[in-house]
Amino acid sequence: MCPNITSPGGPGDPVIFEMKAKIIVTPKKAVLDPQGKTVQNALEHMGYTGIGAVHVGKYLEIELNGADKETARKQIDEACHKFLSNPVIEDYRLEIE
Amino acid sequence: MNFAVLQFPASNCDQDAVHVLRTVLGHSARLVWHKEHSLGDADAVVVPGGFSYGDYLRTGAIARFSPVMQALQNFAANGGPVLGICNGFQILCEAGLLPGALIRNRSLQFRCEHVFLKTVTAESPFTNRIPNDKLLCVPIAHGEGCYFADEPTLERLKAQNQVLWRYVNAQGETSDQANPNGSLDHIAGICNERRNVAGLMPHPERASESILGCADGRLIFESLIHALENKQVARAA
Repeated sequence: MCPNITSPGGPGDPVIFEMKAKIIVTPKKAVLDPQGKTVQNALEHMGYTGIGAVHVGKYLEIELNGADKETARKQIDEACHKFLSNPVIEDYRLEIE
Repeated sequence: MNFAVLQFPASNCDQDAVHVLRTVLGHSARLVWHKEHSLGDADAVVVPGGFSYGDYLRTGAIARFSPVMQALQNFAANGGPVLGICNGFQILCEAGLLPGALIRNRSLQFRCEHVFLKTVTAESPFTNRIPNDKLLCVPIAHGEGCYFADEPTLERLKAQNQVLWRYVNAQGETSDQANPNGSLDHIAGICNERRNVAGLMPHPERASESILGCADGRLIFESLIHALENKQVARAA
């Protein structure tokens, strides 16, 4: 446990995070995705049928505390745009639970 | 001239850049740690190669939020010349100082070899001393060097003469074989619209002395020094 993060309840108590942001980042369709293409080829070589284009992306989970879901979403959405994804090459989907 | 060479955690070409600027070319060069908020009296800035922040998330994505980057943004906005090499190019793209992005090499392989570059235009502070027909032999060493920009951006780059270098073969021709990473339009390096910020994936600082087998990279630094000495670029400090 990280000793620097404590809950308002007192030092040493584990922090309870009420929400979780789940973010899926994928390469834009127009962007070359050699990883996806290689995985697709491998699946076909393994004998799997009906395989179409494969896109390899990233999945991020962020534990969150905050006033409400909407505020949290706004904040994380901004972070997705500014930092967690690069709009030049990637799209993202964000869910707050 | 006074050069600032930025230093991020896991920069690894910073010392090479300082060596070339100081020892080979006889100018002053100072390392600037990424937590600094000022570039001091720098006339020009080199953002060197490496693997800043372990290339976590995306190459250059975390370095671009280091404190020194605000100073770099201001420096560039005032017209100060900035050269990004390899990871430095990736950082400048992430920072929005250059258009586009560098993505995984099409081959998925880390490529470490010498390539030939054709200089597309001498009209920039980074290319003005490169003879028209001269091919530059310089090394590359990257896994994410495939230049990507959307179609309108690419058209704008070409229309405004912002492509500075393309990968070519020994005969000076572009071809898929001579393109080591799948870069769109064989692009190895570009500059911004104002022409004071440039980035390239190859390493001119590793090819600036004949003892290293090739000294062509020197021409890029000499161009920059020439531009500064002739006040073709602002001394923004």
